[in-house]
Amino acid sequence: MSRPRIRMTALLVASLALAVSVSPSRAVLPDEMLRDERLEARARALGQELRCVVCQNQSIDDSNAPLAHDLRVLLRDRLQAGDSDRQAVDFLVARYGNFVLLKPPLQWNTIPLWIGPLLALLSAIVVFGRYVRRASANAAAPETERTAPLSADELEAIEAILDRRSLS
Amino acid sequence: MPRLPYLIPVIAFAALAVGLAFSLTNDPRRMPSTLIDKPTPRFQLASLDGKSAGLANTDLQGDVLLLNVFASWCPGCRVEHPMLLKLAESAAIPIYGLNWKDDRNDGKRWLAKHGSPYARVGSDESGRAGIDLGVTGVPETFVIDRAGRIRFRYPGPLTEEVWRSDFEPLLKALRSES
Repeated sequence: MSRPRIRMTALLVASLALAVSVSPSRAVLPDEMLRDERLEARARALGQELRCVVCQNQSIDDSNAPLAHDLRVLLRDRLQAGDSDRQAVDFLVARYGNFVLLKPPLQWNTIPLWIGPLLALLSAIVVFGRYVRRASANAAAPETERTAPLSADELEAIEAILDRRSLS
Repeated sequence: MPRLPYLIPVIAFAALAVGLAFSLTNDPRRMPSTLIDKPTPRFQLASLDGKSAGLANTDLQGDVLLLNVFASWCPGCRVEHPMLLKLAESAAIPIYGLNWKDDRNDGKRWLAKHGSPYARVGSDESGRAGIDLGVTGVPETFVIDRAGRIRFRYPGPLTEEVWRSDFEPLLKALRSES
């Protein structure tokens, strides 16, 4: 690899690492934050798991929507009132349903969501395993079983190609 | 005759396509309310002018009625407003208003300008009553039965078509309940 190329690669790797390490900007406003750092940390953890019901695919921590702001404040109010994490989340689920949870709970109608990827991975492993086994069985078999020998014409053609290459 | 293993991806794709096509018909805005068949959550709201009676959940019983969540800043509310006025004019059903996340004076001015279809209006400036109702955006309309239970939630502007297809049959059924 040439020098500039190495430098480019290093730059690319570094910028990728940076992109991964920097968390997305949060919409939590300073005046929403709680004085109590432990409570605030809990609120942050919960806020990232709760869906902003207006914007639908953002957490309430990520969203600038007014309702997301209200839910963040409400969540902090609940925690300050002494709710456990579970109670605070249940409070919102009682109003907005499981829809408010970004991570769906495991129940009969969400089972495909949870085990679907696992099934896909398992079937891929099975298919790949069979392919590998067949290929290695093929490789282990004697040559004559694997392929028909080259005909005289084919041998001649190969000779011709090889000759031409060595001459040039 | 192709062997079965070759058909597996085809079948898997077909199943996925059917599943996704079905999902396309689901409007994520029209989530069912968790409050269906449950009593209206407790709230006690002041009126917009601060003088007349406000709105409490205890006002919302004894008759089949509508609770309409609106705001002066909401374009969809302007869209459905003529429909609500028409319903109020024909005395089709009592309509109660919840002025959600709105400045009280803005709400008052808005109703003065466009006319009020509401029997009573409560001012929910903080938006907490709306959150207790599971409101995700305005406008939103709830149908409440005689016992004060929420029976239907409709997010989005009320139109003539929706009224005829979704509300009228339900109201008829609810009114025939003892």
